[in-house]
Amino acid sequence: MTTTTRPSGDTPEQMSSRLRSFLLRQEVILLIISLLAVMFLAFGSDRFLTANNLLNQGRLLTEIGLVALSMTFIIITGGIDLSVGSILGLCAIVLGVMWDPKGAFAFPLEVAVLICLLVGIVAGFVNGLIIVRLGVPPLITTLATLALYRGLAEGISQARSVRGYPEEFYVLGQGEFLGVPTQLWVLLIFCIITAVVLSRTVFGRATYAIGNNELGARFSGLPVGRYKILIYTFSGFMAALAAWIFVSRVSTTRSDMGSGLELDAIAAVVLGGTSIFGGSGSIIGTIIGFILIQLLKNGLALSGVTTDGTIVVIGTVLILAILVNNFIQRRSGNG
Amino acid sequence: MTTAAPTVGGRTRLSQSQSLVSRLVGFATSQEVVLLLVVVLLFTVVGNANPRFLAERNVLNIFNGNAYIAVAAVGMTMVIISRNIDISVGSLIGVLGTISGAMAVNGYPIWSSWLVPILLGGLVGAVIGFMVAYLRIPSIVVTLGLLSILKGGLITVTNGEWITDMPADYFLAQMRTPELSLPGITIPAIPSPIIIMVILTLLAALWMRYSATGRAIYAVGGNAEAARLSGISEKRIIMTVFIINGLCVGIAAVLWATQLSIIQSTVPAGLELQVITSAVVGGVSILGGIGTTVGAMLAAILLSAINSALVFINVSPYWFRSVVGVLILITVLTDMLRRRRTQI
Repeated sequence: MTTTTRPSGDTPEQMSSRLRSFLLRQEVILLIISLLAVMFLAFGSDRFLTANNLLNQGRLLTEIGLVALSMTFIIITGGIDLSVGSILGLCAIVLGVMWDPKGAFAFPLEVAVLICLLVGIVAGFVNGLIIVRLGVPPLITTLATLALYRGLAEGISQARSVRGYPEEFYVLGQGEFLGVPTQLWVLLIFCIITAVVLSRTVFGRATYAIGNNELGARFSGLPVGRYKILIYTFSGFMAALAAWIFVSRVSTTRSDMGSGLELDAIAAVVLGGTSIFGGSGSIIGTIIGFILIQLLKNGLALSGVTTDGTIVVIGTVLILAILVNNFIQRRSGNG
Repeated sequence: MTTAAPTVGGRTRLSQSQSLVSRLVGFATSQEVVLLLVVVLLFTVVGNANPRFLAERNVLNIFNGNAYIAVAAVGMTMVIISRNIDISVGSLIGVLGTISGAMAVNGYPIWSSWLVPILLGGLVGAVIGFMVAYLRIPSIVVTLGLLSILKGGLITVTNGEWITDMPADYFLAQMRTPELSLPGITIPAIPSPIIIMVILTLLAALWMRYSATGRAIYAVGGNAEAARLSGISEKRIIMTVFIINGLCVGIAAVLWATQLSIIQSTVPAGLELQVITSAVVGGVSILGGIGTTVGAMLAAILLSAINSALVFINVSPYWFRSVVGVLILITVLTDMLRRRRTQI
């Protein structure tokens, strides 16, 4: 993938080939598709293209968005994290149980939130530790912890939900700041941080290097293991943050929260042009990816398609996105 | 990917002159024997703590009620040995089971309501195999997408309506062999799921061990490049594996549907995890190339025994999934350690 701009003085042929490779970039294609989708959906329902609806959709996409940002790093290193949905569920339950005034702990809300975030960090760290130090493939590790973390959530909660949080707790998930849903600011901040880290820092370049050639990265002296543990830990933290926002948005905690979240997050990342084989991808692509998915969900819902119908569409989009991506990469590889 | 230790001076792992003792040790520590011992131990310990655990009804339910998981695990074993994965099995079982029940209720011949889901399973397997082998999409992505398509599609089409009042002769899983009275011993009536599970597991184990195609699955999973150089078509093998897996899932779906008096038209939650766990705990190496269906069957039995035992030792069944997760991790870790030791 060419990312550096060369000095001017290209021949017209080079210019046209550069233009073509720019237009064939996944992000650009995705942006065009998104615009088309918005136009199409706007024609389908006059409730779609309103500031109110779009801001409300922003509320709904924050959790997926946060997790998709950290998932981008993981997939670029050639890994995968299937446990994010379960981490979200576990953290949500921990938040509820720690705070629950009628429960055994009855901590202040701030402490409960802190413990919730801590549990997410530990959960992600454990994933990273198993993958890096014990050499178990990410797919199997996170499949096992998907069961483990969800099981812990179910075991701790015993299918009871915790509700009735104080009013100020809902500011994050239901409130507004400067006319924009509070959690969108959080998402925005993390979008900027992750985009800068991935494209402008040594750590970001190392992430690509690990995905392209892990052994090579190791031999060039990169602390591959430490970086990977850090990335999986970050993923756990983002899932915990998403759990906090989720609980604040829906006003309750249940152990089945976030199940299937991994599908949406992976779909967003892959849709955004990050190669599932690792080594290439971008945060911008992921951002467009999760926005497109949310628009799709919303548009379908407004035109009367059920949630279950929407899951079908997302599954199809995921497979198609990879097909198209493979096709483009093969073409550009040949050309 | 783990870094494989280089073989120094052409040293090989298996030598012809293995002594009888080391072979015996190898057999005694093989995954199948270990699993068998664990199952026996579990039944003894829990049976001592609560004798009702050993009641005929409960034991039968452990073996019979979850035989469909073992059947699905046969296909999963092959899939994982070929270095792939299928996380859509749970959804596929739900969809095919519902189709089976719907056909039976709507007046199709009973035999077709058993046969069609199996064939459809094979067809879906072929589609997955095509995408993985020829379009080069990783199986995790294909089956992740398929999982949501099937799960969402099932509820959209059926509206979650339950299927009831299947014809009396539909319930394949509730049929038994006649009790045989031979001079000296009587062979009790055996439920059909157990027979199907055992026959299918043994057939698959023999086929994988002795047929050329069966061996090729191990070869592709062990070292795809070497397999290719020795003239094995990786694409054809992967297609075959996914088609067989689809057929197994079809049989599992029929067994699942025909043991229920109400088919709820939903996907059993976490089923794919139980199937994958059975295969992995049964000794299938997640790095491909190793494993047997017999181990997977024993692991499936162990899982359903644990699930049932939790109730009898007064542990909330809500902890079951944590146990599953820990079980996968332990097995995988011992597998990694064992490999590390044999490689160096």
